[in-house]
Amino acid sequence: MDHSAERTLSTYLTGFVLAVVLTAIPFALVWGELLTGPAVYYVIAVAAVLQVVVHLVFFLHLNLRSTPAENLFFLGFAAVLIFIMVGGSLWIMMDLHHRMM
Amino acid sequence: MSETTMNEDLLEHEERKSLESREFGFWVYLMTDAIIFALLFASYVVLSKNSAAGPTSKDVFDLSHTAGETALLLFSSLTFGLATIAMSLGQTGRVVQWLFVTLALGLGFLAMEMIEFSGMIGQGAGPETSGFLSAFFTLVGTHGLHVAFGVIGICVMIGQVLVKGLTIPVRSRLFRLGLFWHFLDIVWIGIFSVVYLPGVM
Repeated sequence: MDHSAERTLSTYLTGFVLAVVLTAIPFALVWGELLTGPAVYYVIAVAAVLQVVVHLVFFLHLNLRSTPAENLFFLGFAAVLIFIMVGGSLWIMMDLHHRMM
Repeated sequence: MSETTMNEDLLEHEERKSLESREFGFWVYLMTDAIIFALLFASYVVLSKNSAAGPTSKDVFDLSHTAGETALLLFSSLTFGLATIAMSLGQTGRVVQWLFVTLALGLGFLAMEMIEFSGMIGQGAGPETSGFLSAFFTLVGTHGLHVAFGVIGICVMIGQVLVKGLTIPVRSRLFRLGLFWHFLDIVWIGIFSVVYLPGVM
């Protein structure tokens, strides 16, 4: 019991440090105007996706072995729905915007 | 084995099974909530440039304020994690302590958000001003409302841990509240990456 608690404490702390780093990078870039143009958006997007994964793994303890398969299935299903609905909406609206110019 | 202990074993087994299905149900709820937030993000991205000659995102956003809110939420995720660890060790007092710290951080976040919103509305940048501000207040306000419900949930769980102790149903509820709290921090990553950081560039 003690050992597993120790391991979880280090899990939470690792997750916290990674999350702080992945938050600090985009904030520093925008604040200090260290980068300009589309590259900033890519860095922000990559840092955000990585941080979501960090939160899922270290705080929500998502694990391909121990998490029930149904939970992973629903997470995947939600991701597909979000991809279709958000991607589709943005595609249509950007296209419309482009044609109205 | 006497009949009563057998019945008790059966009861405990049934209770665990019913709590497991509630945990799965809560996970399904979180995934549907993620879809709601994703669509609010999509509306925000579509409307974010439509400031109707009113204040733009550059005029109303303050990155240091956002950094403060981000820090409060991230710390509160860590302290909730520490409460979860204390729960697995059966330390009731520690669980309550960490929940109080999480509660304070959550209230701090809500206070900062209230200051930001009232400041914006005072400047004439309320939700009725433009499409950009309507989408902003809907997205960030929905997240704030979730945090407010999480704060109420933490108060309820502090009460339950103190009154009932760390029984199996209380542990399960605390676990589900933890999922909710960490989930809100994940949504906040999206908010600062999609709303605030591109908004001030």
